[in-house]
Amino acid sequence: MQSTTLILLLALLATAAFFFGRGRSLSLVGGPGHGPALHSLPGYYGYFVAIWCVLPALLLMSGWMLLESRVVTALVIAGLPESYQLMPEGQLNLLINNIQNLASGDVVSVAVDESMQAAATELNGYLTKSRQLLAAFALGLACLGGALAWRRIDRDFRARNRVEAVVRWLLIGASSIAVLTTIGIVLSVLFEAIRFFQKVPATEFLFGTTWSPQTAIRADQVGSSGSFGAIPLFAGTMLITSIAMVIAVPIGLMTAIYLAEYSTTRVRGIAKPLLEVLAGIPTVVYGFFAALTVAPWLRSTGDSVGIAVSSESALAAGLVMGIMIIPLVSSLSDDAINAVPSAMRDGALGLGSTRSETMTKVILPAALPGIVGGILLAVSRAIGETMIVVMAAGLAANLTANPFEAVTTVTVQIVTLLVGDQEFDSAKTLAAFALGLMLFVVTLCLNVLGISVVRKYREQYD
Amino acid sequence: MNIVVMTDNPTEKQDSTSPVVEVNSLEQSTQHRLQVALPEFTEQATDVGGETVGNVRAENPFMVAENVNVYYGDNHAIRDVSLEIGKKQVVALIGPSGCGKSTFLRCLNRMNDSIDTARVTGMITLDGEDINRKAQDPVALRARVGMVFQKPNPFPKSIYDNVAYGPRIHGLAVDRAELDSIVHTSLERAGLLKEVKDRLEDPGTSLSGGQQQRLCIARTIAVNPEVILMDEPCSALDPIATARIEDLMDELCEDYAIVIVTHSMQQAARVSRRVAYFHLGHLVEVDDTDRVFTNPRHKLTEDYITGRIG
Repeated sequence: MQSTTLILLLALLATAAFFFGRGRSLSLVGGPGHGPALHSLPGYYGYFVAIWCVLPALLLMSGWMLLESRVVTALVIAGLPESYQLMPEGQLNLLINNIQNLASGDVVSVAVDESMQAAATELNGYLTKSRQLLAAFALGLACLGGALAWRRIDRDFRARNRVEAVVRWLLIGASSIAVLTTIGIVLSVLFEAIRFFQKVPATEFLFGTTWSPQTAIRADQVGSSGSFGAIPLFAGTMLITSIAMVIAVPIGLMTAIYLAEYSTTRVRGIAKPLLEVLAGIPTVVYGFFAALTVAPWLRSTGDSVGIAVSSESALAAGLVMGIMIIPLVSSLSDDAINAVPSAMRDGALGLGSTRSETMTKVILPAALPGIVGGILLAVSRAIGETMIVVMAAGLAANLTANPFEAVTTVTVQIVTLLVGDQEFDSAKTLAAFALGLMLFVVTLCLNVLGISVVRKYREQYD
Repeated sequence: MNIVVMTDNPTEKQDSTSPVVEVNSLEQSTQHRLQVALPEFTEQATDVGGETVGNVRAENPFMVAENVNVYYGDNHAIRDVSLEIGKKQVVALIGPSGCGKSTFLRCLNRMNDSIDTARVTGMITLDGEDINRKAQDPVALRARVGMVFQKPNPFPKSIYDNVAYGPRIHGLAVDRAELDSIVHTSLERAGLLKEVKDRLEDPGTSLSGGQQQRLCIARTIAVNPEVILMDEPCSALDPIATARIEDLMDELCEDYAIVIVTHSMQQAARVSRRVAYFHLGHLVEVDDTDRVFTNPRHKLTEDYITGRIG
């Protein structure tokens, strides 16, 4: 039986269980008019029975699916001729892979012999049998669970509390998926980074000033010793980020102040959605804009005033990134300013402050934690931004503070390292994970700092 | 900001108003004395839209509202209210929630300016000058007509900076020593100095609710206003803190005209010289406090103060 059919059947069973449970609770007290005699509302008894019907069956299904392929593979191997079973593990895996492909009708990489054909048939047989067993067990369990739950219903049974407990665990499960995924990502990056640091010393990576990740593919290749000093990358990232923040913070903040305090409702109604459009433009489009419009314009302007601007400059990338971040800064600051109680505003106005005095002396200080938090989030965003810098900042790892030169950033290098054709365990590819780890640590620190700033000053204004 | 002043020629009208008011108030006060002398029983008025009963004139008028109407969009919140507020006098505005007391109060220092849809018509004068005239800067007006709000709202600054805020923005002190003395005097007059003099640098929000409200009063008198508007200043406070603020109002009315909005009839009776009863945007009755509470002349006023409505 197909698993979708099985799930559909389970859903039908659950619906039936709901009505059985609800019906039993009502019949116990003698009809819908006597609901208050029950501990919980009749619906909760229905949900209780439905949960006991579906949950054990679903757990059985997921456990079965996890173990199925292992068990079946073991059975197939056991059925293979002696000569195959004595093969080294790598070759055996390859063989099993081929048998699986053969069984599902995919392309097979070796000549098919009789024992393989037999194994494939056997595999298909096991799979069909496994599915039949699963369907039988799951449906049986569903009926059993439902029946047991149904029997437990009486007028003092606390169905509501049981259902609430299940809901609580469901919610805990959902939120732990996000947390566990984060931990998984960190660990996977961490282990690859450790492998990198076994090949390249951490001190060279952290303090080296030359970045040239060309390692030899062949042993006799010339001029590609590889050099993994990450300082130029972080310097480039910081340069572009600072340019972006110099653009985004004042403009975003002033936009927020205008929209929150000065604009009429009508202007606000038009300007806010427009800003949100700016936030909705895909970064790759900003990338075109930076590379094809801003960078050439900067170069020609630079030429006309006698400054040499390279065609891929930190300035172009930083400017466009700044524009991209304006909506983020302005909407977070807008929220922070609007969160200042209007009593504060009235108090200042009532003492005869002008609008700008109210703003600079009362509202901004009160909103500052929120604004700082927003700015730190924007910095994290700028550091992690990839597409604009890939297209506009260039690949040359120059260690420079001159915004007119081409620089490269951590994210750009991660992209170029991973789209190369190097084998996956070379230092060049693994360097991407070390860079990713560093980037993660930096943004994590910024976020922690941002949150602590917000926390530290927040209670003061409540 | 949509303030429309419905006068054909503000300056002319303004010039003509002041003398008329004086004559009126003289007449009224004579009449008033007569009425007090008579142990009369006049028939109670019962309609809500009629003329204000009692006496809207004050002996020594300082702030005068004539035929004030306030609209919030299409909502006619204040209907044709005239009221005089005398020098060194506490006037209490009472009435059920939503009757327009606070709206009227906010007209007196043009706080309604910050509400886009609010529109004020009629004439309000401060010491004979129209406060809604074009040349009047609302900022300067609010320095003369200070306001204390329902909820204590100290700024997120130190106690010292809270009080020094007004003098600083209005440039009232030439040096630090003068500012110090303004801050100390204001805190002392608000009865708060003793409690906070050793911790002037602590945040204003670290004080208790009653202390915060007195801090807000100190902050208001530091600007040296002529009129103080109080919008239910004690509604968030316990009885002890309320008593302190009421004592404080008794002292302050020796120098300032005070207009207070309150929901507590006892408070109105304790602190005010005159009481104005608002109902659905109308000013129903105004008179001396004793008189309104002992012998209300309008049915609605009587119902309210005896607890039948509101």
